Amino acid sequence: MMKLRKQATAMMALGLLALSVGGMARAADPDPGVDLVINGDTKLVTRVPAPANIPGLKEVYSGWLFHDPTTQAMETDDFSNPAMLAVDAGNAAWSTVMGTEGKSCASCHNGIDSMKGVRASMPKVNKAGKLWSLEDYINDCVTNRMGAKALGWNSNEMSGLTSAISMQSRGMPVDVATDGAAAPFWKEGEKLYYTRTGLLELSCASCHEMHFGDHVRDERLSQGQINGFPVYRLKTTNMVSIHNRFYGCVRDTRAESYKEGTDPLRELELYVASRGNGLSIEGVSVRP
Amino acid sequence: MKLSRRDALAVGIGGMALAVLAPAAYAAAEDAAIATFTGGAALGTGGLTLTLPEIAENGNTVPVSVDAPGAVAIMILAPGNPTPEVATFNFGPAAGSQKAGTRMRLAKTQDVIAIAKMSDGKFVKVTSTVKVTIGGCGG
Amino acid sequence: MASNVTPRVKVPATAKVGDVITIKTLISHPMISGQTKDKDGKPIPREIINRFTCDFNGKNVIDMTLDPAISTNPYIEFDAKIDAAGDFKFTWYDDDGSVYSDSKTIALG
Repeated sequence: MMKLRKQATAMMALGLLALSVGGMARAADPDPGVDLVINGDTKLVTRVPAPANIPGLKEVYSGWLFHDPTTQAMETDDFSNPAMLAVDAGNAAWSTVMGTEGKSCASCHNGIDSMKGVRASMPKVNKAGKLWSLEDYINDCVTNRMGAKALGWNSNEMSGLTSAISMQSRGMPVDVATDGAAAPFWKEGEKLYYTRTGLLELSCASCHEMHFGDHVRDERLSQGQINGFPVYRLKTTNMVSIHNRFYGCVRDTRAESYKEGTDPLRELELYVASRGNGLSIEGVSVRP
Repeated sequence: MKLSRRDALAVGIGGMALAVLAPAAYAAAEDAAIATFTGGAALGTGGLTLTLPEIAENGNTVPVSVDAPGAVAIMILAPGNPTPEVATFNFGPAAGSQKAGTRMRLAKTQDVIAIAKMSDGKFVKVTSTVKVTIGGCGG
Repeated sequence: MASNVTPRVKVPATAKVGDVITIKTLISHPMISGQTKDKDGKPIPREIINRFTCDFNGKNVIDMTLDPAISTNPYIEFDAKIDAAGDFKFTWYDDDGSVYSDSKTIALG
């Protein structure tokens, strides 16, 4: 960590110049020759050339590639993967009536397979022109159509539904829109990605663009891709949402962090998702 | 940056609210757990495999498996934990092997122990070191 | 009592006589070790699944003792020998007296 701090300070001296120079882009496959195959038959895309609007990276890598083989193995079989407990819970919740209108999710949407592709395009600008995360779309249904109380962003009820919905897009490429109505939100997210925060004065890029593959203590920094979310973290032994992970990361720079379900994190989610455009949605993943 | 590695370790361990025990207390609990399983019989070696990651990415969830062809039962101990017992597998007549796996909590870097009771009543022991790390940002 | 405790078990649908099959089980459970404290610093009492058994056609496959060092959402993997078609019965025993069970049928083929 001390080492990283020194490098971060050095980079700060270089300022924005360092961030805008294409020559800084790193391309080092974190786990050459290793592929993520689930249940012996579903091969997921864990490395693709970086999207054109992400000049800081040459190739993008799923976080799965950065971890120990024993951690990787937990995601390769749906009966070893503890995140599947949340998927089971979400599938059950899908057809469970809640709220005053006597409806379940299935009352309007039929089988959960109708959600195929939804996770891959999130977050997305809604009809009213606001950028919404998957959790926002769920809570819109829960409150306005079902007459129930909004689910907490970090609640088990919410992570069950996001996990089960995400599974419907497993293997599909991340494909978030960055142009048109999404463009101004994407720009804001990009700005936030490169903004240094906290006592440590680290931006997302300080670790996840300029130092992915390097070690912080004994852990390898990933690119911070979010194609694997929702994630079962071995540390907390529960499901972690994208915003919850962002919250923790910003907090760890010793900053007052943004709360889950706020616009800055929706914008950051859009921008970070776009950095992984082309990677497979993993459904639910396992990370340390 | 003023937060030293030692401070960060203290924070991480404090979060797990582990009792701080003297080494002697650890050893006594370990010996008692072994004696309960073996009845004080001598411990041999061989025929028992203990599979663990060399480095656990998070001590809260560490995959472990044991394999001892012909065993009746296998016990796993983590002497560096607040209580050493982890699990005991007893194999029945319909078992397809004397192999089993699970996931365990390790409070710190330590030598994990497995002891198998073989069908002839003898006991064998094996140990394996696991380094338990703390996430990059102290988590 | 732990809420929403649900097991998840993988057994192949078919096997041949003499086959050794691998069974994987997961169950959602917090496995409160008794070593943790709440926000006010009070110890949280232990509440774990302390025993797991698997039987095939009434014969025992494995009988496991679980201690507080087993991780949240216990995962257990083991092998069974198939000598006939039949039923697997899986049982998890909670400290609070609750018993959770599941069963799977395997056919010869």
